[in-house]
Amino acid sequence: MNLAEKQEEIIQEFEIFDDWMEKYEYIIDLGKDLPKIDEDKKTEDRLIEGCQSRVWLDAHFSEGNMHFTADSDAIITKGIIGLLIRVLDNESPETVAKADLFFIEKIGLQEHLSPTRANGLLGMVKRLKLEAIKHISAAS
Amino acid sequence: MSDLQQKRFNVREIREEFPALRQQIYGKNLIYFDNGATSQKPKLVLDAINLFYSKENANIHRGVHFMSQKATTEYEAARQRIQQYIGARKSEEIIFTKGTTDSINLVAYSFGQLLSAGDEILISAMEHHSNIVPWQMLCERQGCVLKVAPINQRGELIMEEFDRLLSKKTKLVSITHISNTLGTVNPVKEIIDKAHAVGAKVLIDGAQSIQHMHINVKELNCDFYAFSSHKVFGPTGIGVLYGKEELLDRMPPYQGGGDMISRVTFERTTYNELPFKFEAGTPHIAGGICLGKAFEFLSSIDMEAAEKHERELAKYAEDMLDTFEGLQIIGEAKNKTSVVSFAVKGIHPFDIGTLLDKQGIAVRTGHHCTQPLMDFYQIPGTVRASFAFYNTKEEIDTFVAAVERSLSMLK
Repeated sequence: MNLAEKQEEIIQEFEIFDDWMEKYEYIIDLGKDLPKIDEDKKTEDRLIEGCQSRVWLDAHFSEGNMHFTADSDAIITKGIIGLLIRVLDNESPETVAKADLFFIEKIGLQEHLSPTRANGLLGMVKRLKLEAIKHISAAS
Repeated sequence: MSDLQQKRFNVREIREEFPALRQQIYGKNLIYFDNGATSQKPKLVLDAINLFYSKENANIHRGVHFMSQKATTEYEAARQRIQQYIGARKSEEIIFTKGTTDSINLVAYSFGQLLSAGDEILISAMEHHSNIVPWQMLCERQGCVLKVAPINQRGELIMEEFDRLLSKKTKLVSITHISNTLGTVNPVKEIIDKAHAVGAKVLIDGAQSIQHMHINVKELNCDFYAFSSHKVFGPTGIGVLYGKEELLDRMPPYQGGGDMISRVTFERTTYNELPFKFEAGTPHIAGGICLGKAFEFLSSIDMEAAEKHERELAKYAEDMLDTFEGLQIIGEAKNKTSVVSFAVKGIHPFDIGTLLDKQGIAVRTGHHCTQPLMDFYQIPGTVRASFAFYNTKEEIDTFVAAVERSLSMLK
């Protein structure tokens, strides 16, 4: 599945929800299911400080693709991280760097990635892309 | 009409005056419990904003034309109304600022100029960042020393510790009247009397008090009292610093520019008299006039009854929330008002706030610009419901049910 297909799949999953609370119930479940980042990897350099919730992101490159694990102290933030990783994990650095994450707005979660939301998610997306760009420039 | 006949308190009638309260958010009737952050505005204020910019807009204090004269008269009438409402001796003691933060910065800069190295500023552990950082900056500039009076677990100032920290070296006590995070009402009268006994001046941060109780600066005998318009039903971008005239007279100007001068030459400038000495540049004219309208509105309300109603709301909410497993009320002072802050074990406040929002309920989550206080309680933040006199018990019933639903989803 390419990046657009993965996003379309998520959009379809969200179409069945009638109201916001059902949607958030699902996001919370995703957050609970997200594999936890190893405690020893929750270091300062992996931390993206939001004003309210905090995000840790671990990125590495192997077999031509980027791999991400992430965590947050807030479960809703974690659920959205789960969605972002589902889309961006195991993609080439070029794809990650250029990714247009249109699904976020389509499923009505754009507020979580607004600069005012202060939950670390916008910072996380920037960091994801930055990590990908680092590998592109290191390779070239 | 006498004052008694004028002043009334009927929540249903008051709600009618606030159009913002009658709307739906995500298909649910809005419940606005973020009054500690900012209050909604009554029609009297909204109409005045519209009228000013539609018909009366002109610059003040300088123009000879009709509109300028009229705007000047209204702006100064607003100052007088505020003076009368808070019981200041003279309207010259009412300085218009951008808000509480600006008022405190004005004092930190200007009163700070009168201080020397080693002089002490005494604050409390429950202060908002805006009543911490300006003093830290002053200490860096002038070599003053910042002292912090601690609080107990209930969120009350420990008066014995306050007494111990207060000395002849203390030049200013700057303390919040009501904690924005805990709702604690500080014994400001006692604090002011004690500070004066050692020769210290007192600034009261009134950002969270003037909208909840009757304030009389003459009775309090505080030297400064600061508040923001937007938390007291007026527009954003304007606020007030009350200061005693003799003190304001001794203080140098804060900012230079138009309006604050008497005569300017390249060799020497003489400053305007109070209050204009502290009001450089074109002020927020509409803001000032409409803040006057907010006080006109407040003057029609029986504030004693309003305060009683708000305390009942907070108590009602707390008693119900307290029954939830793992939920801890943060701030249990004996004397507290209109703020209910809580933390739930294992659940991030951000998650609770997000789910309440989707149920049409506006609360604040986070550290509320009181990070040292969060460190004291060792929590990342709280969920804060803060009430105004237009809130109701029915809204609290809905809120408590929504908290219950949110917690069941998050556990």
